[in-house]
Amino acid sequence: MNPVLRRIGLALAAPAMAFVFAVAVSSIVLLISDSNPYDTFSTMLDNGTQLEIIVDTLNRATPLFIAGIAAAIGFRMNLFNIGVEGQYFLAAFAAAVIGAEVSLPGPLHIGLILVIAMVVGAAYAGLAAVLKVYRGVNEVIATIMLNFLAIGGIIAAIFPSVIDMSSGQATNAGTKAIPESGWIPDLNGFVEIFTREIGKGRELTGVIIIAVVVGVAYSIMVNRTVFGFDLRASGMNPLAARVGGIPPGRMIIIAMLLSGAIAGLIGMTEILSDNHSYDQGFVRGLGFEGLGIALLGRKTSPGIMFAALLFGFLDSSSAILQVSGSASQSIVIIMKATILLAAVVAYEVVDEYRKRDEVKRAALATGGAA
Amino acid sequence: MAPAIELIGITKRFPGVIANDNVNLTVEEGEIHAICGENGAGKSTLMKILFGMQSADEGVMKVRGQEVSFKSPTDAIDAGIGMVHQHFMLADQLSVLENVILGSEPVLAGGRIDFKEAHEHLAEVGEAYGLAVEPDTLVEELEVGERQRVEIIKVLYRGAKILILDEPTAVLVPQEVEELFRNLRELQASGATIIFIDHKLQEVLEIADRITVIRRGRTVSTVDADSVTAQDLAELMVGSELPSPETTEATATSVVRLDVSNLTVLDEDERPVVDDVSFQVHQGEVLGVAGIEGNGQAELIGAIIGVRSPAQGSVHLDGENITPTSVRHRRELGLGYVPQERHSEGLLLDAPLWENAALGHQTRTPFSKGMWIDRQGSRDRTEDIRGEFDVRSPGVDVTARALSGGNQQKLIIGRELTAEPKVLIAAHPTRGIDVGAQADVWNDIRSARAEGLATLLSSADLEELIGLSDRIVVMFHGRLVATLDPAEIDARELGSYMTGATVQDPEGNR
Repeated sequence: MNPVLRRIGLALAAPAMAFVFAVAVSSIVLLISDSNPYDTFSTMLDNGTQLEIIVDTLNRATPLFIAGIAAAIGFRMNLFNIGVEGQYFLAAFAAAVIGAEVSLPGPLHIGLILVIAMVVGAAYAGLAAVLKVYRGVNEVIATIMLNFLAIGGIIAAIFPSVIDMSSGQATNAGTKAIPESGWIPDLNGFVEIFTREIGKGRELTGVIIIAVVVGVAYSIMVNRTVFGFDLRASGMNPLAARVGGIPPGRMIIIAMLLSGAIAGLIGMTEILSDNHSYDQGFVRGLGFEGLGIALLGRKTSPGIMFAALLFGFLDSSSAILQVSGSASQSIVIIMKATILLAAVVAYEVVDEYRKRDEVKRAALATGGAA
Repeated sequence: MAPAIELIGITKRFPGVIANDNVNLTVEEGEIHAICGENGAGKSTLMKILFGMQSADEGVMKVRGQEVSFKSPTDAIDAGIGMVHQHFMLADQLSVLENVILGSEPVLAGGRIDFKEAHEHLAEVGEAYGLAVEPDTLVEELEVGERQRVEIIKVLYRGAKILILDEPTAVLVPQEVEELFRNLRELQASGATIIFIDHKLQEVLEIADRITVIRRGRTVSTVDADSVTAQDLAELMVGSELPSPETTEATATSVVRLDVSNLTVLDEDERPVVDDVSFQVHQGEVLGVAGIEGNGQAELIGAIIGVRSPAQGSVHLDGENITPTSVRHRRELGLGYVPQERHSEGLLLDAPLWENAALGHQTRTPFSKGMWIDRQGSRDRTEDIRGEFDVRSPGVDVTARALSGGNQQKLIIGRELTAEPKVLIAAHPTRGIDVGAQADVWNDIRSARAEGLATLLSSADLEELIGLSDRIVVMFHGRLVATLDPAEIDARELGSYMTGATVQDPEGNR
């Protein structure tokens, strides 16, 4: 077989297996809960292919993708930045508070908000990195603790003093809204060139552009730069990397700073294009989903994009289930979890096969015994 | 009577290496049988197969004449085989008795442990084999030798009649070794069969009845301990048919490339593992470092390449003091390194060959331009290495994992030498590779020497050291205890310097 096709085939085999397995498991769960799997999936598919729901999918996939990249930067070095969650909360909060206080021309205002978010995210992740490098604290433990500290501690403590009372709404208190110069324009106009008008008040977030830039930059950094080489080498074999002249401590700190900076951008869909403030309903859990998405996407930009789109699709297409009553919406959670679990197992299986296959081919090609 | 253990044609392959190749072994009932071989000769794999931790790809295994096939250590234990691992597997916070019964506790109705029964059984075992232990002492309070005894008792408690001891003396001081040997003889007198894995020849000769030598995964020979000398064993282990590593005319100049002075490196307990070591390596010279493993060679090399910081002293590379500088700076100045463990220190097994060729040199041409990796340049250079150093692989895009050990090593040697280093640190450059690759590596080092490379060669293969080196220094307990001329010594004399049996008068040190 053509080696390139073979490689692509092997790369797709695992996620395809995982997806089929997840559909099968979800079907069983649906049957047990007296729902019809066929109806459920076809309802989701019908609903999910409407233009408005596609916009929802993209809006959801955008922060998931950024979260996936943030986690992947850490994974490249075998660092588990569980703190993506806390980093993006703190970053979004700081960006919302400061962004609301200034008034600048459009691009500058958006730029300032982005910089604040990235700096805060990086600084918070940097804390865990410094603890790891200089005090040997495991980054998993440190970032979990820092998550609590960020959300339940710092934000909870400052939040009451920055709540905007002017609207008079007590139900969903939030920070003062960012002035319009700090809003990122939606992309509806661009999409509507190719399709019909987007209805139901949906707006395709402009943060997609930031996500694309992040994805491309990540790919180039990892695959084409000396730093990316150092990062991957440290992840694959820390000892060999070290004797190869790559300083382990510095790599940990830089990787965590980068991961945190990207994590800071996760909340930008809310801050720049959705709510324009940080409120009590601020979207949760993206950091944790990002870890799964990075794994599912095998730490590559295209892989993470597909994984984010898949999760985004499952999230937004399932909203209909509650309305139509064909099944519980929570079936989506089961699907996501089984896809992840099955993918991790399938990747191992395919990797093992690939390794054996390669040894065999190399032995054949060189005519020697293995 | 059928032999206690009989192995016929045992073969075990791992990706890229054959660990055991048609191994045959017969261990008679009631004997102490030593398995001897260099590191990487396949001793440990063989024992893991015997103890059910790994399964053989081919071959037959018989215990007391019965053909067996172990799926797990549990099967081996059921067949009366016990293993004492090199690294103790004891829970410090539990008592001796608790450790011994762990996993095979006598149980009373209701699931409680029957400590009375356990005490009695332990006492019986201790008496039967003449091994005294205090059952209620916490393991953390025991000396190393006593811990080992607990490990042995643990195995006997489970009814083992055949004991496998994996390098049991590696962790012991001489007095403890004597004590262990006394215990082993008592065990033997009580009817136990003992398989003893070691590579220290004197010990093997002292304790074993018969010795089987393994080389490169194959059984070379089984001999009676009474009928051989350490020299005979060493020849069997290393093999006399090996191509000679001999170097011819001297190429050393007076230009000092590597200057190590008064270097001291401390371990975690602040004890000196490298103790006030000074030497120089000149352009065109190979300086051999001899020493039994664990006498500070690894730490010395670590300090030279920059992964360990010395407590005192300095390292100069080509006149520049590199003591406070990073590994990368040293690499860029022209320090090449062939690591002792190619898998753990030398390669990115899952990365393609061209990335492996770049490792350690990724900041320089042809591997990169500024901050960008130069993929084409890296590939071209890797192709050059493949050709020049005879690295057999289907291409430069296969992963390093796909290569055989010898080809992996040639890739590493090629990567270091094509970078045109001024100083090369080579640690066990031919360990665990086949004879052909070994000869290639020797040639590579020789021709680099002729071109003016200064090489520091550390090796456990004494013929290699004597053959390749222009001078040999001997490390013992962290110190340089002798400087020798390889033309005037043989492996046997060198060996006796390494064990501290022969001492050079202090004036001759440098």
